Amino acid sequence: MTLSHVAAKPVTLISGYLGAGKTTLVNHLLRNAGGRRIAVAVNEFGALPIDPDLIEQASGDVLTLAGGCICCSFGDDLTSGLVALANRDNIDSILIETSGVALPGSVAQSLSLIAGLRHEATLVLLDAETARKLARDKYLGDTILRQLAEADLVVINKTDLVTDNARAELRDWLAATAPRAKIMETEFGALSPDIALGAYAPSAFVADAPSGHGGAQPQSQSFKIDSALDVAHLAAALSDEATGLVRAKGFLRDSDGRWKTLQIVGRRADITAASAPQDGVGRLVCIAHGAPLERARIAAIIESCKPSDFSS
Amino acid sequence: MTTTIYSARKIITMNPARPTASHVAVRDGRILGAGTLEELTGWGEHIVDNRFADMILMPGFVEGHSHAFEGAVWRYVYCGWFDRVAPDGKTWEGLRSLDAVIARLAEQEKTLADAAAPLTGWGLDPIYFDNVRMTREDLDRISKDRPIGVMHASFHILNVNTKALEMAGLMRSGVNHPGVPLGADGMPTGEMKGPEAQGTVAAHVGLDRAMMSGDERGLRDFARLCVRKGVTTATDLANPLPPDTVEMMLRVTGDATYPARIVPLRRYLGDDARATIEAAAALAEKSSDRLRLGLVKLVADGSIQGFSARLRWPGYYNGAGPGLWYIPPQRLAEALEAALELGVLVHTHTNGDEATELVLDTMEAALRKHPSPDHRFTLQHCQLADRAQFRRMAQLGMSVNLFPNHHYYWGDEHYALTVGPERAERMNACRAALEAGVPLAIHSDAPVTPLAPLFTAWCAVNRVTASGRTLGETEKIDVYDALHAITLAPAWTLKLDGEIGSIETGKRADFAVLEDDPLDIAPDKLKDVRVWGTVHGGRIFEAAKI
Repeated sequence: MTLSHVAAKPVTLISGYLGAGKTTLVNHLLRNAGGRRIAVAVNEFGALPIDPDLIEQASGDVLTLAGGCICCSFGDDLTSGLVALANRDNIDSILIETSGVALPGSVAQSLSLIAGLRHEATLVLLDAETARKLARDKYLGDTILRQLAEADLVVINKTDLVTDNARAELRDWLAATAPRAKIMETEFGALSPDIALGAYAPSAFVADAPSGHGGAQPQSQSFKIDSALDVAHLAAALSDEATGLVRAKGFLRDSDGRWKTLQIVGRRADITAASAPQDGVGRLVCIAHGAPLERARIAAIIESCKPSDFSS
Repeated sequence: MTTTIYSARKIITMNPARPTASHVAVRDGRILGAGTLEELTGWGEHIVDNRFADMILMPGFVEGHSHAFEGAVWRYVYCGWFDRVAPDGKTWEGLRSLDAVIARLAEQEKTLADAAAPLTGWGLDPIYFDNVRMTREDLDRISKDRPIGVMHASFHILNVNTKALEMAGLMRSGVNHPGVPLGADGMPTGEMKGPEAQGTVAAHVGLDRAMMSGDERGLRDFARLCVRKGVTTATDLANPLPPDTVEMMLRVTGDATYPARIVPLRRYLGDDARATIEAAAALAEKSSDRLRLGLVKLVADGSIQGFSARLRWPGYYNGAGPGLWYIPPQRLAEALEAALELGVLVHTHTNGDEATELVLDTMEAALRKHPSPDHRFTLQHCQLADRAQFRRMAQLGMSVNLFPNHHYYWGDEHYALTVGPERAERMNACRAALEAGVPLAIHSDAPVTPLAPLFTAWCAVNRVTASGRTLGETEKIDVYDALHAITLAPAWTLKLDGEIGSIETGKRADFAVLEDDPLDIAPDKLKDVRVWGTVHGGRIFEAAKI
């Protein structure tokens, strides 16, 4: 028995202390799933993070939600709950809203033990008003700092409640505290599912139009690429701060002629083997948050990764 | 309305007004009084029963921190270092080498009819085999086709064979997880550390989580173990208590021959603390005499030997990180406040001293919002509390249930590795608790260590480790205080001390029937006191026939 032919389901971790806006974000993503069938994993339904109007039917440990999404409770045994989700059909994306004191890095490591799942991204949410105070808290400080250090994307929430000065200070502090992450700001947990969950295959390569839902507008740019590329080089170049992108996903032919999947989340790039697309054309989609994404700049980066450029 | 007067060699009442007696009169499952035969005949028509004439009667022991899973775990093969008695009375000899463990498992494997059925063992403790680690190859010697798993005594590590790893999809290179050590070949060795790693293989090797909380046969077997050790009231300290489990427990404990009173505490899992407290309050109304509902268990941190307990500075002796919180402090505050407001009794697991400090801080603030006389909130394990913390517990009206058994089984490891010599000596500081005026109960955490209150009392009195080291001379307590800590004190922490915990007028006729006198035997022999059985609500249960 092998699962290698079944695509591993992406798991996104939403971490952060209480009040950072995790539940608001989960509901926002369910409402704006854009066709994705999301499975939300929670401790127990007694503490339901799902808005009641999204719930269609309850049976046992599973709630059926609008748009083909579900919500599952795992009690105190997250691993067994995830094994069950890994074996379940009709799920595109798994979302775990971790407890306020969980360390997302540990959960991500546990995912590596479960066949059929892969860690997509760790989002750590912060309340712009309380973040730095929490990080100094006698009991919580080290936990908050570890969460940030393990983040791929840090989402500063409630930015409408602080001054520009305070916001700038917070960003400076985060640059040192969350060195692996890219930092984003939102209000009311309004983060695009393309950013939170990753580009969704059926729609990702269709349009370049901004597709935000209130708050800061995400921007995506997609490219068709005929030639082979140095994928590792491309990953490093795209991850650079100056591009402004927070995510990218591509199916690309590498300089060795093999097809690869490239995923960039924050500063982390994963390159894995892929099967060739039917039309033999490579594709790349890049997503930014807040600041505009300059198409010409990305196009230049792609050019620079073509074989003729790096062979010299 | 029959009145029976039992004679005994001695009755230790734990009632200071009348510490010993020769007779006890029982009517309708309750105690009319303890005293002389002459005094008790004043209650009128009676029969005198001399079956306990050579025995010592004590109040039935109260185990304030155990898990009913102690009953179910015996369906697995016992692989421990120490001799241990199963619910059916069979003594399973301790195994002194890895080969002996493999041999016993291989022998049991032959009894499995189904070729695909998992083989499951428990109780392994390789620290007694000079830390020789079990590997998947060891278990493969038993079978390569059947999934095999052996749980360690601490429940923190599970060893599995190659087949089990294959079923979990883990027989591959590139596994990168701190709970899954790899061998020289880059493959997992079969040792699965911590709940996350275990969760990937547990179901394949027959470790069924439902069995840990809602197993009928396990609940019956648990009560048989209670009879063998003189226990008449025992907690099931962390049960999610879904409705079908509650109904099962009510039915089973309601059987006329069920020999124990069970106090399950509903474990808080999720986010909505107030909902958990309210649910527990609603459950209280379903209570029967032998199933007491309505209490809540919170867990603040992890375990010391798993390095997940939250320690204050300077942390672990070997430099491990600060540990893990298992509940957000804000949720802890919400739970304690709601419980004080609604009068729900809460027991909170803390192992590390920082976790204890958090609960004390949180409790102090919660009490300011909801001043509550007689709340009896109890810290469970609380192994690293120092004297300043015990003084705060006293000021806040809290009780403590310490874990002296840990000293015996893992004290040497705490001394050498986890917390170092100084704190290892003051772990489970029973004397400090008593001197601070904190009501002190002691426990086994069965099945982590065996259910046996007299053994637990022996541990608190002698503070000896498995290697023979006396760990913390100043924290020893005397035998009478230790007996109090397995009777009235745990009853107090459950708000049952008006009903049980001593032998005096009006209380339940719950007795531990002993063949030796714990106050007469040498303190270092306390664990060797023989238990004949119990009397529960006037019903007699002989261990040899249970």
